[in-house]
Amino acid sequence: MTEMLIKNGFVFDPLNGINGEKMDIAIKDGKIVESVNDSRAKKIDATGLTVMPGGVDVHTHIAGAEVNTGRMIRPEDHVKDVVRKTALTRSGTGYSIPSTFVTGYRYSKMGYTTVMNPSMAPLGAKHTHEELNDIPLLDKATFPLLGDWWFVLENLQRDDLEGCARHIAWMMETTKGYAIKIVNPGGLESWGFGRNVHSIDDVVPNFDITPREIVCGLAKVNKMLNLPHTIHLHTNNLGIPGNYVTTLETMKALESVPNDGKPICHITHVQFSSFAGDNWGNMRSAAEEISRYINNHNHMTFDMGQIIFSDTTTMTADGPFEFTLYQLSGHKWVNSDVETETSGGIIPMHYKRTSAVNATQWSIGLELALMVKDPWKIFMTTDHPNAGPFFEYPKIIAWLTSRKARMATLKKCHKKAQKKSLLPSIKRELSLYELAIVTRAGQAKALGLKNKGHLGVGADADVAIYNINPETLDIAKKYITARKAFDSAAYTIKDGEIVVKDGEVVQNVPGRTMWLDVKTTEQLKVDEEMKRKFKDYWTVEYENYPVFDHYVKVPEAIPVKADV
Amino acid sequence: MSVINAVTCPICGCLCDDIEVTVVNNEVVKVKNGCAVCEAKYMGYKSEHRIRQPLIRKNGELVPVSMDEAVHEAAEILANANYPILYGWSSTNCEAQRIGVELAEEVGGVLDNTAVVCHGPSLMGTQEVGIPTSTLGQIRHRADVIIYWGCNPWSAHPRHLERYTSFTEGRFEDSEWKTYINKVKAAAGRKKVLSAQRVAPKPQRETVGESAVESVVFNKPPETLQKEGRKLIVIDVRKSMTAEMADYFIQVEPNKDYELMQAIRALVKDEELDVDQVAGVPVEYLREVVDVLVNCQFGVIFFGMGLTQSAGKFRNIEVAISLTRDLNARTKFLIMPMRGHFNVAGANIVFAWQSGYAFGVDFSLGYPRYNPGETTSMDVLLRGESDAALVIASDPGATFPKKAIQSLVKHPLIVIDPHMNATAMLGDIVFPSAFVGIEVEGTAYRMDNVPLPLKKVVEPPEGVISDEELLKKILAEVRRIKAQKAKKTAEVA
Repeated sequence: MTEMLIKNGFVFDPLNGINGEKMDIAIKDGKIVESVNDSRAKKIDATGLTVMPGGVDVHTHIAGAEVNTGRMIRPEDHVKDVVRKTALTRSGTGYSIPSTFVTGYRYSKMGYTTVMNPSMAPLGAKHTHEELNDIPLLDKATFPLLGDWWFVLENLQRDDLEGCARHIAWMMETTKGYAIKIVNPGGLESWGFGRNVHSIDDVVPNFDITPREIVCGLAKVNKMLNLPHTIHLHTNNLGIPGNYVTTLETMKALESVPNDGKPICHITHVQFSSFAGDNWGNMRSAAEEISRYINNHNHMTFDMGQIIFSDTTTMTADGPFEFTLYQLSGHKWVNSDVETETSGGIIPMHYKRTSAVNATQWSIGLELALMVKDPWKIFMTTDHPNAGPFFEYPKIIAWLTSRKARMATLKKCHKKAQKKSLLPSIKRELSLYELAIVTRAGQAKALGLKNKGHLGVGADADVAIYNINPETLDIAKKYITARKAFDSAAYTIKDGEIVVKDGEVVQNVPGRTMWLDVKTTEQLKVDEEMKRKFKDYWTVEYENYPVFDHYVKVPEAIPVKADV
Repeated sequence: MSVINAVTCPICGCLCDDIEVTVVNNEVVKVKNGCAVCEAKYMGYKSEHRIRQPLIRKNGELVPVSMDEAVHEAAEILANANYPILYGWSSTNCEAQRIGVELAEEVGGVLDNTAVVCHGPSLMGTQEVGIPTSTLGQIRHRADVIIYWGCNPWSAHPRHLERYTSFTEGRFEDSEWKTYINKVKAAAGRKKVLSAQRVAPKPQRETVGESAVESVVFNKPPETLQKEGRKLIVIDVRKSMTAEMADYFIQVEPNKDYELMQAIRALVKDEELDVDQVAGVPVEYLREVVDVLVNCQFGVIFFGMGLTQSAGKFRNIEVAISLTRDLNARTKFLIMPMRGHFNVAGANIVFAWQSGYAFGVDFSLGYPRYNPGETTSMDVLLRGESDAALVIASDPGATFPKKAIQSLVKHPLIVIDPHMNATAMLGDIVFPSAFVGIEVEGTAYRMDNVPLPLKKVVEPPEGVISDEELLKKILAEVRRIKAQKAKKTAEVA
């Protein structure tokens, strides 16, 4: 029966059209309500403060086999960033791959309340969920990697969309997943024998199917299943100069999928997929080409994958791309192919201002975010930790909302990158309203999370309060003050409980793991035939494969009624 | 009577999960599909060496006490210790390992697992160069060259070949079981013919050229290396049982694996070698083997203690992984450590996600620190720096060097184990433990880091609780004692 009243703050709630209005937010039993009993309710005086829904991160690698292998092979990443145990909080380490408890604390300190772990190999799903259980203070979900799953490749090759849909529904429940994740479609299966695909019409060896067919097929399947999020896609040829052509071809291919005017695909960390040129020497930004397409089409959403100049670690399911990075850098390199399903790789990476390529990449992310006119289409991420650690988000906020901030950084970059950058000609600065869209409202909407990313009645009471007075602080001018405010929330409220105050954790709550309970009209027939195929495909028994209920400590099953 | 399927065996890193166990009246009476070691454990877990109740050493003798008394005494020791070691963890479930991390953090101790005497060097090697690897199914489906280096799965991981490598069917490769059977039959036939002719089999020593190298036993690369299908190559210091099954066996001189691997790397990169033989192996044969390696579709190296515990230790692993990296420029090649205990990988994984470090985690400063040689339990013991220890799910009393054990017994020693093993016999407080995978369910991680559920098929003995429960009790009592101490200090102040 806990009641709370956040009084008198400047509220930014784009999903409900509220733009800096001074108003009260009432909370009861963990939900936003119309009003509460003024005398009984716990009051927070938000006078002069900015009130937003809790942050939502659509794509951040924080849990599972890949993340953990990264932790294990990089002790040098942790030794410089230690976190002491306190009476309330567990100890741990950072830096680019923080331990699980530290991940929860650091996100929460920035006012974030919901995060999506975007890559989960189904065979290792139990591991992902065990780690998610140990990330406190945040609600979480995770996406199974399905783009190169043998059952998907075989069903789509046969044009059996319904069969594919039923398998995917089964997989969502089996792995307690939230969305269909596709990485370098076709490339991962090819990488099983050390090969890759180089265009969306290359044929995947041994499977007679193309990336175009995989992506379009899964987009259709996603619609049939009525999943809340779209397919979540990491494009082919990621990270290769000239790849913007592949990105455009992919988006064009998806135009053929019927979409009722709503997005049918989310391209993640699109910065990495927006390179023009044909080698590392003449590589340049294709933000103009890509943003022009985005501005004229409505069937896609995106997130930035913004570079931070820092030491960090790349980790993706794109095994062949990580191998390319290894060949370029000679650095320590992990490859982790997963039978029947997917692959993966890890390489440490240091993004430098003095590297013309890195600096151009940095510019590309911002160019895309600023040249795409509609903030509901492109969201703020770093593809943590691939382009940079998540706790540097306030730096990106400053670059997006302050031309002064980004020009100051640009001036420190390699001269070649400065010359090529489109940033000098971009005057746009995101307002606090637009910022609320790209860091919470837009992400929640794209993810189909009905109770997140907004402060309307019925929403989960996840609120972030920042030390920013929009009437007196010009965040474009005083970007360092603004950055500090977003670094360290005045209050983070999770399900109506104050968990962070003045950037310090004051209460522990476990957070929920959301997953899709997809009900098809005809369930997948798990008969002897299927079980036998299972034994042929995997080295584990069918019975031991699923994520049993007890693996998810605090579950939130989201029922989904499929059209199949 | 009940027959339980898809049981996951709790012995070795193979973590076979297709075991069928028949239970009658809370006793396992039959085991199907398991290897000899699996069957032995499932049929023998009720041995007379089982600890049935908590014990405390009083006047030199271990005497039975109540659970509460033992928990309190153990908690007192840990709460008051300055630098305790919490060691073992590899034969229990992840649920218990998680409590272990919390306990080590609470008492500011050193958290370490059996990797420190096993594949610790492998973990350190990956920290230098990473590791190109995969799950075991990829090997089963795709591998046509399989190398076992410094390990003997025939004895240590008995079903490895039949489940994951040479003797199993994959989507793209067939099993070599029939070929092997034919080979064995042919060899047996040859022996019969020779003995009928009263001819002794040829002696195995051969000299090479004028240098008459006092070389060790080797086999010339037979035509089988040119065959289709999977090839099995074994590299070891002696002809193990696994080597007997191999298509090609390379006998390396003891402690010379590093040189041999570097020589192979040079040949992979098409460099010339100025010597005739390396580590006792003629270079011309190395060239033929390297030919096979670079021309295969998909190769894999499995390695064990032969590399991690011989001269060079983690440098051996670094070079083995570097060799694998080099081969990736020519073809698809992977490498994987043959993890021993059924959940040693799990301990490293749990430690890493909660603290950032996989083993040798020192919490004494209030945050995790890792520095092999400084914070690893063996070295702490050798320097005589610890003042208490908790040992669980392992047997350092049998596996550690004498000096380390002497240091271990100098101070209070708490032991948690199902059996009265060597360590328990040295303990000051001994707790009974229920067998994970037989009497307790939970999660374990296979040698390729795939998580699998372990089943409970029978009830544990009366009064014996799971490690997870026991550790929770100890942790709660430690917190209570510390809170009391803090209150007393506050009152006095």
